[in-house]
Formats: sequence, structure tokens, C-alpha cells
Amino acid sequence: MNFLAIIGEALRALRQNRLRTGLTMLGMIIGVAAVVLMLSIGQGAQTKINQTIAEMGSNLFIVVPGATSSGGFSFGSGSIRTLTIHDAQAIAELPIISATAPVISGTAQLNYAAKNWSTIITGTTPDYFSVGNWKIESGTTFTESDLRSANRVVVLGSVTAQNLFGDEDPVGKTIRITNRPFLVVGVLMAKGQSLTGRDQDDNIFIPITTSERQITGNQFPGSIRLMLVQCKSADEMDIAEIEITQLLRQRHRIAKGKENDFTVRNLTALADVATGAAKVMSMVLGAIASVSLLVGGIGIMNIMLVSVTERTREIGIRMAIGANQRAILTQFLLEAMMICFMGGLIGLLLGIGGAWVVSQVADMLIVITLGMIGLAFLFASAVGIFFGFYPAKKAASLKPVDALRYE
Amino acid sequence: MLSIQTNHVGHSLIRIEDISKSYNLQDANGNTITNQVLFNINLTIDQGEFVAIMGHSGSGKSTLMNILGCLDTSTSGSYWLSERNVAKLTNDELARIRNQKIGFVFQGFNLLKRVTALDNVATPLLYAGIGRSQSRKQALELLRRTGLENFAMHQPNQLSGGQQQRVAISRALINQPPLILADEPTGNLDTQTSREIMSLFQQLNRDQGITIVLVTHEDDIAAYAKRLIRLKDGHIIYDKDNNTNTTVDKLSRTFPA
Ligand SMILES: Nc1ncnc2c1ncn2[C@@H]1O[C@H](COP(=O)(O)OP(=O)(O)OP(=O)(O)O)[C@@H](O)[C@H]1O
Ligand SMILES: [Mg+2]
Repeated sequence: MNFLAIIGEALRALRQNRLRTGLTMLGMIIGVAAVVLMLSIGQGAQTKINQTIAEMGSNLFIVVPGATSSGGFSFGSGSIRTLTIHDAQAIAELPIISATAPVISGTAQLNYAAKNWSTIITGTTPDYFSVGNWKIESGTTFTESDLRSANRVVVLGSVTAQNLFGDEDPVGKTIRITNRPFLVVGVLMAKGQSLTGRDQDDNIFIPITTSERQITGNQFPGSIRLMLVQCKSADEMDIAEIEITQLLRQRHRIAKGKENDFTVRNLTALADVATGAAKVMSMVLGAIASVSLLVGGIGIMNIMLVSVTERTREIGIRMAIGANQRAILTQFLLEAMMICFMGGLIGLLLGIGGAWVVSQVADMLIVITLGMIGLAFLFASAVGIFFGFYPAKKAASLKPVDALRYE
Repeated sequence: MLSIQTNHVGHSLIRIEDISKSYNLQDANGNTITNQVLFNINLTIDQGEFVAIMGHSGSGKSTLMNILGCLDTSTSGSYWLSERNVAKLTNDELARIRNQKIGFVFQGFNLLKRVTALDNVATPLLYAGIGRSQSRKQALELLRRTGLENFAMHQPNQLSGGQQQRVAISRALINQPPLILADEPTGNLDTQTSREIMSLFQQLNRDQGITIVLVTHEDDIAAYAKRLIRLKDGHIIYDKDNNTNTTVDKLSRTFPA
């Protein structure tokens, strides 16, 4: 028995039965393509959320004025002015806290040359950029001395910079914010959408002192809209929350038994919720993928079973003209393997192509890992090879006369 | 005419002793019933013989042939092929014997579907370990000798019954086996084509000394053989030389050697 000749025999059998070969491959193609597509979408969503969370800054609390509403989280209760810059400074003194960043915000009209742009303006301290994990694309952030002197300096978000300056380098240029000239000292790197889907890159940052005195104004001097608080370690988030609460209650002279006039929210916990949701989505997509793989597998199994059974007589003829069991089994195993590998490869390409199309059309992040490719390939191949091989083995162990007589 | 010596112990190609075959079947009530098809058959066939096995339908001819061809095993008795005890051979050895020592010709041709005549003829050589191009060369040569070189690239469903049977005979001959077993090789063919096929067998037997064992239930087909064996209900009822052997010299033009 000549191995090369048997490879030839297998290839020829596949070519001579194009329909059968095509149908078997179709099962393989659908199974593998569906798995790659589904898993890459799920994995992409999860990766995207993890990226957003990582970019958000780590070990963060956000402290806002106003009592906690009964449901737990409630954003945007900014009308009460109980938090001050001094509260932020006091919290920053806690040994467990690495930095705080008080924020006041509003909207502002920007002009540069003939261009107009309206955006969100954030007044804050230089620590804001490290706490919020912002990276500088060009230039620098503003400094403590800018803060002390309430200088007219501004750091631009990437989208704002793009809209005002186009391809020009904004650093060193002067823009007008509500008609006052500000020097652009830096441009931030893009972050994309936040967890809530807001564009984080269309904004500008100025020293909180400048903002208070010259731009947003302040009905209650010193009060802030919110502050970011960064804890030194992830393990101490719970203690930090208690310490922040105690300190603020003390500073605000809140009597025992009275409600807080501020709310401390753990952003890491919020991120966990988002991650959990992404995991669920991944699992749902994974389940859909498993079903397609199963359906593909059953398709492969059916066609393999039917075709090999149908070929019992052929096996009988081959035995009568001198094929031994090994020659027959090698041929059928090779046929099944070739179908599986070719189908798997096509399915893989289709799946990757489909994922690419989805990423373009739906503007989603798609992640393809070797693991998911391997999983789809292995499962479908195992099914194809088993059901291609096992009935052939059964037929080949028949007496030749029984295989020949098979109708 | 050459006279054939039967039961010549020592140089026999085929020797079977007390071969019986029975099938177990289930009846409608699930009881096992034993259907004995062959009863204590004794038979010796020497190299170079041309034997026709005759008998009515169901008399056990095909069963006997399948045992002779190592495609089936007997229920009891022993079978020596070239003085080797077939019962003691492994599956691989049996496959090699079918490949090297025996050429099969079936009533229904049993060609591989959707495979060209050329590749059908060449396949036994592949199982003998010979490369494809060499196999095809030899197969083409054989098809030329059986007058089919123009049909080498045809698939079985593009050939007439007679042409298919000649492809099958070429396949049976490709490994130059000493023995050809043909189970009703003319059963699906018309009279004229049957005669052509029979003269081909006769020529192979006469010119190349190939032993031919043929099953038929037609007397005029059996008449080409040199020895006649008749089976009835699983027993040999006669085994004799054929003294009124049909010759085909007048047809030999059709099949140049
Ligand atoms: N696989 C089998 N299982 C059960 N019975 C069988 C089997 N094969 C053959 N038989 C029985 O054995 C008997 C002899 O069958 P066989 O095929 O040898 O007859 P035959 O002489 O070749 O007949 P024909 O001229 O019609 O081909 C029949 O009665 C048949 O029913
Ligand atoms: Mg028969």
C-alpha cells in the first residue's frame, strides 16, 4: 500500500463527489464562521469596556453634592452647593488618598480665527489629568502656579482641537473663550466614548480659579460641582469611602443621625457592573455560537454518515480487489480531514471577513483570538473526522462479501 | 483437447474439504432458524483448469464462489489455496491474496462509480504498492489488449454492459493472478456480447494458463469450460470433463492477444 496513492484516491473521491463534498464543507463553514463571528463580537465588546474602564482612571470615587437618593446612584444633582474646593483639599490630606480633583463646569463659546465652537468647559486642578488618566498628546497640562495665579491657559480635548484648528498645531496659539483670550498649553489624547456613551474628547480644561472668577462665575464662591478622589490602593477603597464620609460630615457639621449632604460613589463598583453586563453579552453570543457549531456539527455528521454508509459497497469492491483495512481507513480518514480543514479554513476566512464587516458597519471593536479559532476548528474537525471515520471503520471490518452485498 | 486430471493432490491451486456453510436467520417470531446452503463440499481445482459451476438459483453457487475468493468464510471444513490454509491467514494476508492471486469478475460488474475505466483497472496496482503513473501505464496496455483503449477515460455509466465487463476483466487481470473467479459474468449481457466475453476467458485460459472458475446457469455458457460441476441444494451432483467444449477460434479476431 502506497500512502501517496491513497492521498490521491482520497482527493479524487472528493473531486468526484462535488455535491457531497460541498454539503459537508458547508456544515463546517457555517459552524466555524458563526463561532468566529459571534465570539469576536462578544470579545470585542468586553475588550472595549475594559479599555474604557482602564482609561477612566483607577481606584476612583466621585463625590457630588446632595444626599444619596434611595436607588443608590444618581448623577447630576448639581444644584445644591455644599461641596467646596476646601473640602477637596482636606480630603487630599488623608493618607489613604493619593489625589483629588475638584470640578466646576459649564458651557462656553470658543473662537479661533474665523472658527466658532461651543463645548463643555471644565474648571479643575492639575491633578485632574492624572486622576482621570488623561494623557497629553502635545504641550503640557496647566500647572499649580497657573492655578494660583488664575492664568488664562487652556488644555483642549482632541475633538475640540480638531474642530478649531484642523491640522494646525494648537499649542502656543491663543483662542477666545467667551471673548477672553486664553493661551493653549496642551492637547489631550483621545479617549473615545465613556461607559454612558458620551464623547469624552469634546471639552476644554482651564484652572478652576480662572473658571470661577472669569468664565462660569459662581453664585456661591468656592463651591464645586463634583470632585474626583483617587485612593492609593484598590484594596482600601472601602476604608477610604468611610474616611471620606466621616471627614465631610465633620467638616459640614452634620449631626449624628442626620443625612449626608453629599454622595460618595465608588466608580470601580460601577465599572464592575458594566464589565458584568459585557460578560453576560459575551456569554449570550457564545451560546448562540455554540448552537451554530452544534448545528454545523450535526450537518457534518449527517452527511458523513449517509455518504460513508452509501459507500459500503465501494468499500466492498475495494476489499475484493485487494485493499486491506488500513488502506480503506486511511483513505476515509484523509477524506474527512481534508473536508474539515478546507471547510474550517473557508469558515475562518468568512468569519473574519464577517467580523470585519460588522466592525466597519456597526463601528464596533472586534477581537479575534487564536483560542476561539482553535475551539471552532477543533470541534468541527472532531465531529467531521469522527463521523467520517467511524462508519468507514465499521464497513471495513465487515466481511468483504457483506460489504459487497450492501444495498 | 487437453484432458484435465482432477483430484490431483499435491499441485492443486484450490482444495476444499468438507466445506459447509449455513446462515442463521430470525423468523417472524424472533426464533433463530438455520439455513444450510452448502453441505460437505469437496473439490480440487488445479492450475490451468477452466471450470464452470452450474446449478439452479439458490443452489449455493455464489456462496461457494465467495468462499473460494476469500470474500466469505465457511461454517466448517477447510480450504487450501496454493497449499495454504486460508483459515489461518490474517485479514491483511487475505487482502494480499485477493490482490495478487485472485481476479474477480461479477455479474453486476462492480466497477467504482465515477471513476474512469483506466483508473478502475489501475486501482488493484495501487493496493499492490505501485505508483499511479506506472499503474496507469499498465492499465492502458491492458485496456488496449481488451480493445478498450478508446474508452479509457470513460466512466462506467458511459460504457455499455459488455464494455463494463471487459473493464472489470481487465481489472481482474492487472496483477496477473493465477486464478479468475467469475460469478455469472454474462448474466447481464446479451448473447453476442456473452460469447465475446466467454471467448476472452477461453483465450486467457488457453494462452496464459490462467485458472478460471465460472458460475453460470446457462448451458451454452458452461460449454466453453473444460470441466463442469453441477450444484443442487448445496450438494455437488456431478463433476466431469466437458468433452464437447465450445471453441472460439473463429471469434479470436475480435480480441487480438
Ligand atoms: N447473507 C445471507 N444471509 C442469509 N442467507 C443467504 C445469504 N446469502 C445467501 N443466502 C442464501 O443462500 C442460498 C444460496 O444463495 P446463493 O447466492 O449462493 O445462490 P446462487 O446459487 O448463487 O443463486 P443465483 O443463481 O440466483 O445467483 C439462498 O437460499 C440464499 O437465500
Ligand atoms: Mg449467485
